[in-house]
Amino acid sequence: MWKILKQIVRTGLVTEPAPNAEPRLLEHALHADIHRLFGRALCIRQVDAGSCNGCELEIHALSNAYYNLEGLGIKFVASPRHADALLVTGPVSKHMADALRRTYEATPEPKLVIAVGDCAACGGVFGEDSYAGLGRIANVIPVDVTVPGCPPTPTALLQGILAALQSPTSRVDKRSASTYQKTEDRG
Amino acid sequence: MQLNESDLSWRSLPGTLPVRHAVVSREQLLLLCRDVAGRGARLVSLWGEDRRAAGVGYVLVVVLDLTSRLLLTESISRSPNPGFPDLSQLFPSAGRMQRATHDLLGFNFLGADARPWLRHSAWAKDAYPLRHDFVAAAVSAPPLPTEIYPFVRVEGDGAHEIAVGPVHAGTIEPGHFRFSVVGEKVLRLEQQLGYTHKGIEKRFEGLSVQQGSKLAARVSGDSAVAYAWAYAMAVESLTDTQVPARALALRALLLERERLANHLGDLGGIGNDAGLSFGLAQFSRLKEDLLRVNATVWGARYLFDEILPGGVATDLAPTALPILLDSLAAMAAEVAVLQDIYDNHAGLQDRFHGAGVLSAKLARQLGVVGLAARASGQAQDWRAALEIPPYDGFAIGSVLAEGGDVAARVAVRFDEIAESLQVCRGLLTDLPSGEISVAVGKTRADELAVGGIEGWRGPILVGLRVAADGRIARCHPHDPSWLNWPALEHAIIDNIVPDFPLINKSFNLSYSGQDL
Repeated sequence: MWKILKQIVRTGLVTEPAPNAEPRLLEHALHADIHRLFGRALCIRQVDAGSCNGCELEIHALSNAYYNLEGLGIKFVASPRHADALLVTGPVSKHMADALRRTYEATPEPKLVIAVGDCAACGGVFGEDSYAGLGRIANVIPVDVTVPGCPPTPTALLQGILAALQSPTSRVDKRSASTYQKTEDRG
Repeated sequence: MQLNESDLSWRSLPGTLPVRHAVVSREQLLLLCRDVAGRGARLVSLWGEDRRAAGVGYVLVVVLDLTSRLLLTESISRSPNPGFPDLSQLFPSAGRMQRATHDLLGFNFLGADARPWLRHSAWAKDAYPLRHDFVAAAVSAPPLPTEIYPFVRVEGDGAHEIAVGPVHAGTIEPGHFRFSVVGEKVLRLEQQLGYTHKGIEKRFEGLSVQQGSKLAARVSGDSAVAYAWAYAMAVESLTDTQVPARALALRALLLERERLANHLGDLGGIGNDAGLSFGLAQFSRLKEDLLRVNATVWGARYLFDEILPGGVATDLAPTALPILLDSLAAMAAEVAVLQDIYDNHAGLQDRFHGAGVLSAKLARQLGVVGLAARASGQAQDWRAALEIPPYDGFAIGSVLAEGGDVAARVAVRFDEIAESLQVCRGLLTDLPSGEISVAVGKTRADELAVGGIEGWRGPILVGLRVAADGRIARCHPHDPSWLNWPALEHAIIDNIVPDFPLINKSFNLSYSGQDL
């Protein structure tokens, strides 16, 4: 135990400010945004719809102490039913298309879909004309934000997630409104 | 009837790998496999090819590992309904490869398990994507309804099934696991893979050898360097290319950094799965440090397209040497501290020891490879055994553990980190000068070549045939996970379900690499 504590103290805090913003301001604004939209932490469900696993390596990195995703109020969850956003890597294999669709359907509204990596964006080296693949994520479920890269860096991933949240035209806002509208109509 | 290896006429293939090639009849193939299996040889890979257009017929390619050299055989069938001998009686791991070869080419292996393996619903049962007369109309067709996969049922008092996947709870690749359990105890695990099958082998067809390199690096992203190297070796064998010494040293440096990154990540993940989140925090920090040095020195965190046929893409700037050496020294010191903590953490060791045991005997029988084999007492490492330059200049390949459990697979990773660090230091302090690449000449047409290297997970092989127009006719990238996934089904037996994530992580096998 003593050695573990010593190593923790020796390591100190290595977390870096989130990209492209005045650190304190951004963090506060982000927390406020997430809180306004979801009333709690932003929950992300990752789905590998057929990737080479390269993108997953960088998604893992988001949780390391440098990027400290949880410190920004964003966390990964184990079920789409707990998720506000899907982080999807591709290309979509035909064998995963059904599972991806069902994961999307199981995610409660309002929901965001972030397509991660070149293959998720456009099919990448695997193309869109394969007997076994369906190419980009948007060919199977609606996509809000695309983060290109092979694989995208954690910084690019963070920017993508933040862009999805902060965009004034974010579908989350629109959907919240429309969901609200529908409820009113019914009432 | 008996047949010895020496009864056949073999030709040594050009290039850095010690490979002997022969065309053998189907009967000879079975007899040869019987002969070498009796002498402890392992099956590396098996794949098929449609060479009817060249007037040859259907070809079954088999690669065998005789420890210090490889045998590469081609067997031909001219029948429209090609049949080949079932090799799974001699090499259990052949089973899934044969099933995949049936799915993709319609080859039949008499008496073998005939359930589909890679085919779920993307193409029809009687359509074979790697046959050249495969109807392209299937390309735009939506997936067919999923067939019910005939899992083997375990029945008895209190026995029930737990179905997991394809989408898993963590950020990992998709696949299906069917556990048959009594209470918490696992009686049987059956895997169903193929979810990430994206037609990589078909995609290779018609690419130039340069384009193929990029695709090869993306068969399994965590082994990008190893695949790119194995692919480059196959191209270099077909073009009689002599890779400059500096390029070879830089390739080894890239491969060892890939090994370090993965081992660091795994040690963190394994610690976390055993309840020590401190381990994940610390090791993922070290991995991030390594990736950042990659970005500084090579301009990318992951080194996907650094190895190219003929050499490497980026030379080391003189300023890179101290950066690399300093970071290696820092990593060595940090890993030593963490190893001490892991070794002396009672809770962690309690979870590691005796979990997911793969005995030496079983590892041998199943033909397990790579780090999982070395953790079950099987000394095998292509870098050393096949004397692949520049590794012939290093004393490596001595890492071994006996236990076959999670603890052993952790120990092998720690030892291989130490070994890798030493290799990196050696490469950097004695870096040959000169060119980093040469132009590759014209590829010899219609000949089969292979390249291979020991990646962090195990041996990675690439088989390649190029047509007369310089375009790829057939490329088969082969992941060690083909050989190790079946072993996981055995290692989990009698363990409890909650230990599965830990045991699975200790193998850390590739889905994409075997799904293709």
